[in-house]
Formats: sequence, structure tokens, C-alpha cells
Amino acid sequence: MPKTLDEINEKIKSGQAVVVTAEEIIPMVKEQGPARVARDVDVVTTGTFGPMCSSGAFLNFGHSDPPIKMSRVWLNRVPAYAGVAAVDAYIGATEPSEDKGLEYGGAHVIEDLVAGKEVELKAQAYGTDCYPRREITTRVSLDTLNQAYLFNPRNAYQNYAVAANTSGRTLHTYMGTLLPRLGNITYCSAGQLSPLLNDPQLRTIGIGTRVFLGGAPGYVAWEGTQHNPGQARGENLVPLGPAGTLALIGDLKAMNTRFLRACTFQNYGPSLYVGVGIPIPILDEDLAWSCSVTDDDIYSNVIDYACPGRSRPVLGRLSYAQLRSGLVQVGGKQVRTAPLSSYARAREIASVLKAWILERRFTLQAPVQSLPVNPGVKPLREVQA
Amino acid sequence: MRTRVVLRFPADRVEQPITYHLIRDYGVRVNILRARVNPGEEGTLLLEIEAPDTELAAALEFAASEGVEVTPLAKQVLIDADSCIDCGACTAVCVTGALQLDTGYRLAFDPGRCVACELCVGACPLRAIEVTF
Repeated sequence: MPKTLDEINEKIKSGQAVVVTAEEIIPMVKEQGPARVARDVDVVTTGTFGPMCSSGAFLNFGHSDPPIKMSRVWLNRVPAYAGVAAVDAYIGATEPSEDKGLEYGGAHVIEDLVAGKEVELKAQAYGTDCYPRREITTRVSLDTLNQAYLFNPRNAYQNYAVAANTSGRTLHTYMGTLLPRLGNITYCSAGQLSPLLNDPQLRTIGIGTRVFLGGAPGYVAWEGTQHNPGQARGENLVPLGPAGTLALIGDLKAMNTRFLRACTFQNYGPSLYVGVGIPIPILDEDLAWSCSVTDDDIYSNVIDYACPGRSRPVLGRLSYAQLRSGLVQVGGKQVRTAPLSSYARAREIASVLKAWILERRFTLQAPVQSLPVNPGVKPLREVQA
Repeated sequence: MRTRVVLRFPADRVEQPITYHLIRDYGVRVNILRARVNPGEEGTLLLEIEAPDTELAAALEFAASEGVEVTPLAKQVLIDADSCIDCGACTAVCVTGALQLDTGYRLAFDPGRCVACELCVGACPLRAIEVTF
């Protein structure tokens, strides 16, 4: 008998809901079968904590006296985009600072704000009759801002490429330090805990889905950029490479730095570790089955980052179980593997979200609209000007 | 006992054959894992020393008496627990396996395998690792 989301929410509100993490459901389905587990379990919580470059925050500074229509804005010397209304700006995670370069960027500004620190705001303007002021330098903090919300255009990638380097030199990439001549392999997915890998067809995740974002409740705002559910899939319908993505939104003022952390990849620049957790309602047997996916059943292609082009050679295909073992066989060679996303913290996020639901602090929100099934991903063509 | 220590030679001691005396006079097995020696500057030496406890202590005492600062390697590699998120990115470049994720996917550091190559310092996206050599 399928359940409805309303029934599950009623159970949450009355303290009757059975909630398990995406790890805990694995042995349950193996031992009891998906039909039994679908009857017994109401919600499966997932989690991921990885670097997500396509992240940033909208901030509203409030009006000074006399007022200014900020056209150029810096926060701790990191440029923010101010081409919106007078005192609105968007600080992007990967924007490097003008004084500290790649060691400090938009992500660090966001983390500093979340940590409660004051941040230097500098703005310039051309001056108008309604906004006569031309410059301002002051300090702001999360408390002094009117609104501060994370709005990440692409998070929670459903699977991702695995990186290797066959060249003779060390490569510094957003996939970490890749040692020459297949000296190592890096990967970046929470695998069996990862939100979109547990509901591979995104049956329960769409616009309006309430999620865990950076330690606070947030929402799916839209499909993520480069959303590509048309990616090749295995028999279990799990994508074999980067597929679905989500645009996420949430209140920065409610987040905390345990689940939102700035980072810098050497020679690449700043990025933001974002904690995302999504509850999956176990409406039927199929969802119980898909949530029991294990790292043995999730595969990704090993891509050679030595090739600087858009289409990089594939060196092989590995499961996340193989990747997590620390040593794999690629090109007839034993290669060490290392993750970039924190599995320990992904686990913590799934547990925290589970606790929120059990404590009746978090109910499930049905999507108001599904994400597009196959928008495709177009390359950028270069045409004559 | 086997231990890894960093010997820091003041600029005026780098030309003294102190390692020779450690080996010859104290009978300790020495393996030089990394060395930085520049004339006229402070020099550093990462040694793995193997010897019975009393000989080891005597050898290190001798080095100290010669003006050489002796620090266990474990104290030269600092991982800031608040900054570390247990992502594992540093393990990608740790070819000796000193940095590994444990069975609970938490970062574990084994100074017995570290050669102070410092590759982890740049590879750590959180800038949580500091190596003094």
C-alpha cells in the first residue's frame, strides 16, 4: 500500500514517524526486502558535504544617509556583484580577493559572516539625483544586514567525474592535487549517502522541496544549472556520471560554519563546502529500493584531467566502493584514491536531519513542480562577432 | 625504539659532523628522510632513529648539548581540529600514507610514516595543516 506525503507528515507531527539514514536503510532492505521496509520506514535522510563552486549569497545592506546606489561593491576586498538594486549585492563563492588573491574569496566572506564576524563593506557609485552619494566604507555583519540568503545555482550534483592525471606534471585542479603519471585519483561524491543518488529519478525532489542547507532549513528553488538527468544510467537507473543538480536557497542567518565552510584549491581558487541533506519520503517499495543503493552499485568514469579540452579521455569506470577502498586498478596500475567531499560530515548531516524530523522540527514539503526531465546540456559555441 | 625527529641546526653549527657522532659514538641507526642544508643558514634534518631507549635518549641529549634543537616530528605537523572537515583531500598527495581516513572516515595522522614533504599543506582546501621544517 503506497503512503502519501500527508500521511508521513501526520506521523512526523504525532511523533510516530520512522526515520532512518540512507546508510541505515541498506541492511534493512537487504534483510527484510523493500516491500516490508516501505511499510515500516517513512523517511530516509541523505547528506553530502562537498565543495560546491556554484554557490553564493544575496545580501541587502540597508540604506545609508545620504543614500547610495552601489554600483561596485567589495566585501573584505572581495568584489561582489552589485548590478541589481541600490543596496543589494551577490557575493559569489569563487571570487578571489583583491589583496589576498586565491587564499581568500567570496566563500570566506560568507563563512566569516556566518561565524558572526564583521566584514568590511566598501562601495562606489556614480551618483544620481535620488542616490547622491558616491562612496562608502563601513563594516557589516549578519545582524546588520536586512536579508542574507544563500542562493546556490548548482549544488548537490547527482554523481560526479573521478579525476586522474596521466601527464608528467602535477596538476592543481578543482578536483584537488593530481599527481603525475596516474599518481593518484580523486573523487567527490557522498555516494550511497548522496541526496540525488537515493532518488535517482527525482520522483520526490523538485521545486519547493524543503532541505537541510548549511545547517538550516532551505529549499530547492529550481533545477540546478547544467541539470542533466539525460546522463547515461546503469540498470539501477543510477547515473554513471554528472547528472541532476539543484539550485538551493536558504537563510544564511540561520546557518552555521560546521556545515558551510570556505576552502581554497591550490592554483584554482576559493570554493565553498556546502552541507546539503534531503529527506526522501518512502512512499512505496520502489523508493525503499532506490534508497538502499550502496557504493557497490554507484559507478563513475575516471577522467584524464591531463587533457585540457572539454571532452577529456575516459580511463575507466569505478564504483564508489572501489574508490573508498583507497586503492584501485587503472590502466594496469595500482593507484591510490582520495575523496574531496567529507563522508564523515555527510553522515553527520543525514543524522542531524533525521533528528530534526524525529523531534518534529522538520516536516516534508512536496514539490510544487517537478524538475525538467531532459533539458540537455549545451556547449558554448564560438561564433563570429 | 624507532622515532622520527627534526634536528634544527643553528647557522653556526651546520658545518659540524653531528650526525656522524650520533651514529659512531651512540650506535643509533639513522635514516635521513629529508634535509635542508644551506651554508650560513639554519639547517634542518628529518631523521628516523632506531635504537634502544637509553642510547636514543643519550644520542638526542648529545645533539641538544651541541646546540641542535630536537623536536619529535609529530609536533612539527599540526592539523587544526576545528578547521579539518575530514574530507580526505590531503590523503591524495600523501604518498607515504601518513595521512589516511580511518574506518569512520575521519582523518588520522601517523607521524611514523611522515617524511615532512609538506605536499599536504597546499593540498588541504581548508588550510588546516601546518608543517614546520
